Amino acid sequence: MTIAPAQKDRFLPEQINLSRGACAHCGTALAPGQGAFCCAGCSGAHALVRGLGLDAFYRRQETAAGTLRPPEAPPSFDAATLATAEADGTHRLELMVSGLTCGACVWLVEQALAAEPDVLRARASLSARRLTIGWRGGADRARELAALVARLGFRVAPWSPACLRATEDAEGQALLRALGIAAFGSMNVMLVSVAVWAGGDMGEQTRALMHWLAALIGLPTVLVGGMPFYKSAWQALRAGRANMDLAVSLGVIATTVMSLSEVFRNGPYTWFDSATLLLALLLAGRVLDRGMRRRARQAVAELLALQDGSVALICADGTTRAVPAESIRAGDMVLIASGDRLRLDGVAAQDVVLDLGATTGESVPREVAAGQALAAGSVNMGPGFQMRVTAAVRDGSLAALGRLLERAEQGRGRFVSIADRAARVYVPVVHVIAAATFLGWWFGVGVTWQEALVPAVAALIVTCPCGLAIAVPAVQVAAVGALFRRGVLVASPTALERLASADHAVLDKTGTLSEGHPELLPDEAVPPDALRLAASLARASRHPLSQALVRACPDAPALDSVIEVPGFGLQRGDLLLGNAAFCGVTETSDSGMSLYLRQPGEAPLIFRFSDRLRADAAEVVAALQALGLETELLSGDAISAVEEAALATGIGPWQARATPADKAARISTLRAAGARPLMIGDGINDAAALAMAHVSASPANGTDIAQAASDIVLRGNGLAAMPYAITVARRAQKLALQNISFSLAYNVVAVPAAVLGFVTPLIAALVMASSSIIVILNALRAGKETA
Amino acid sequence: MNALILLVPMALLLGLLGLALFLWTLRSRQYEDLDGAASRILFDDLPKKDLPK
Repeated sequence: MTIAPAQKDRFLPEQINLSRGACAHCGTALAPGQGAFCCAGCSGAHALVRGLGLDAFYRRQETAAGTLRPPEAPPSFDAATLATAEADGTHRLELMVSGLTCGACVWLVEQALAAEPDVLRARASLSARRLTIGWRGGADRARELAALVARLGFRVAPWSPACLRATEDAEGQALLRALGIAAFGSMNVMLVSVAVWAGGDMGEQTRALMHWLAALIGLPTVLVGGMPFYKSAWQALRAGRANMDLAVSLGVIATTVMSLSEVFRNGPYTWFDSATLLLALLLAGRVLDRGMRRRARQAVAELLALQDGSVALICADGTTRAVPAESIRAGDMVLIASGDRLRLDGVAAQDVVLDLGATTGESVPREVAAGQALAAGSVNMGPGFQMRVTAAVRDGSLAALGRLLERAEQGRGRFVSIADRAARVYVPVVHVIAAATFLGWWFGVGVTWQEALVPAVAALIVTCPCGLAIAVPAVQVAAVGALFRRGVLVASPTALERLASADHAVLDKTGTLSEGHPELLPDEAVPPDALRLAASLARASRHPLSQALVRACPDAPALDSVIEVPGFGLQRGDLLLGNAAFCGVTETSDSGMSLYLRQPGEAPLIFRFSDRLRADAAEVVAALQALGLETELLSGDAISAVEEAALATGIGPWQARATPADKAARISTLRAAGARPLMIGDGINDAAALAMAHVSASPANGTDIAQAASDIVLRGNGLAAMPYAITVARRAQKLALQNISFSLAYNVVAVPAAVLGFVTPLIAALVMASSSIIVILNALRAGKETA
Repeated sequence: MNALILLVPMALLLGLLGLALFLWTLRSRQYEDLDGAASRILFDDLPKKDLPK
């Protein structure tokens, strides 16, 4: 996959037929003076795409500007170790591809890979963002293939088990199959039933034939299609609870038994159509509900997979090798490059400078003395160093935290959703009515027990469950879908209900209210040209401060022949960008948050950085307060920084220097006092508090452990979507209540009619369908954009 | 009445055929990437490369 020089020349920027002002590859707005591309990566990607003859991509792509800018660094993991050998000697690789957002992207990736001579198949899934490549040859090719996708501008990550759990959803498949069977059954039974309803003059024998036909189709349908409900009802029964699925199961089974008895005695009607239609409608609701939540979970898994990193293991011969963090054992030596996040606990033989933002909440990097324990999750802000690992992943501090979280999650599983609360009251009442009807007709009126069964089961089926069982899920589908479009990922089924009832908001500072990474402080003394030059140099480095410079001046072109001196800075000829010692400046209090630029013949310039509050932080806090939530700030950072943030955002009480235990304790104090706290946090130190809170949210740049502990993950930047999420959750809760009361009101009319024996299967079908449709239409209002 | 002997099995058979097809699509994972499938029909296929034997 190399582009011949002659071919490159054919695609000079002037020939490219695109409107001026946007990068020809990724669509980022261009700065004056730039050619057709925003960076060298885009230029390379464009040449690659055109060289393959795939430029139709540019006419079709629908990605947001800037998403396809190729990352500066190659993929940090070793793709060759992920390749699996197939039986026929070929290899297979599964990758998570971020940025795969439109059909044209799928096409580009697949075709670019298919153009490789040894690639046998390449298939990208747009909804799962998963790419499967199969090729002839050794595992080593995996590196080149992964790098090829990265060069096109897509970020690749290993397809992790977390992604697998989110997509290979056996339960979802089972639901879909049940829906197909129930839909087939209900339509065919209806065919027979309509003949019976319409054929009043039908002979006795023909009617018997029709009844037997309906039973033939209906029985297997009820048996197979109802499985998901029977299983759930059985679980609830064993736990000694009544849930909506129990009502559905009993209704369906009772209807089937009654219909069978009607078949044997050749009664006027069978009710197989009601039973199967009920199943089909409920399953359709459930499949939609699941599909919506699956999308949200997949998006969360995508965020997590991008964070999944490998570790540079130092082998016995002194070379380093990238291996998954899971394979590291205690006692191994690993190399932590400048700017890397520590994946494991360990100790270093030298003093190191770490950004502990994620582990303690401190926003200023801290020097850790040699021999002191370094906690996984912190970021190396100083030069690269060697670390001796003290605990494997599963014994380390992160794993211990994970186990704590699991216990906290189980505690929260006691939350009872509104649908279940309704079911607890509703199910016994309905069953008592049905039993009373049966006994009333049998003994009171004196008909045979078979005849008495008909009104009793009719009462079960018209009250039951259809509207009521759909009432809440329909609202959830609409609301979760609307939130998904605004970048709010709802991962837990009861999260919306809990969010609606939250009355207290506890926020973390570092990474939540603030950006969580250094940002350049504006300084009048720095001329724009110098900033641009510094940013151009900084493009060559992954160090957090370099990246902050690049963010401050995103249109700076990349420079070639920049040398990175690890731990000190960047050098290009006699141009220097780095720390004080590197640039020959005597600095007194270097907090690790400043850089110097030295140009030949000029005085060195200083760039200062700090962890800045998000632009919309004050707005979000004000919006939360307007929604009636009490706000408070809980941070592990120093007192002065927390006080400053509290004043700037107008947040209520604040507490600084809070350890993870302090945070968790504060949440349990709030809960003990009867409050329902919403915890918003991003760090490892917030995870326990997140798991214990009534409901929790974490921003997209949060640590993976915080996101896993949260009910809601905010994709996109900042917290701006949080007040909107609360508004939608509250509206959804209101609509769910409306739907439940509507279903109950329906019963006030339908139940007496059924008890008195006026309801035929035709009426039951009409009642069922109409109440469901009204409930669904009402639920759609939850997704409306404006309240 | 005689027509039923023919029509009823035919209707059932056609229905079952549809069901079998649905189960087949489900088994061959055709519902895994609905968004991708929607845009896939618009792709122009490039000429197939010659696979070296």
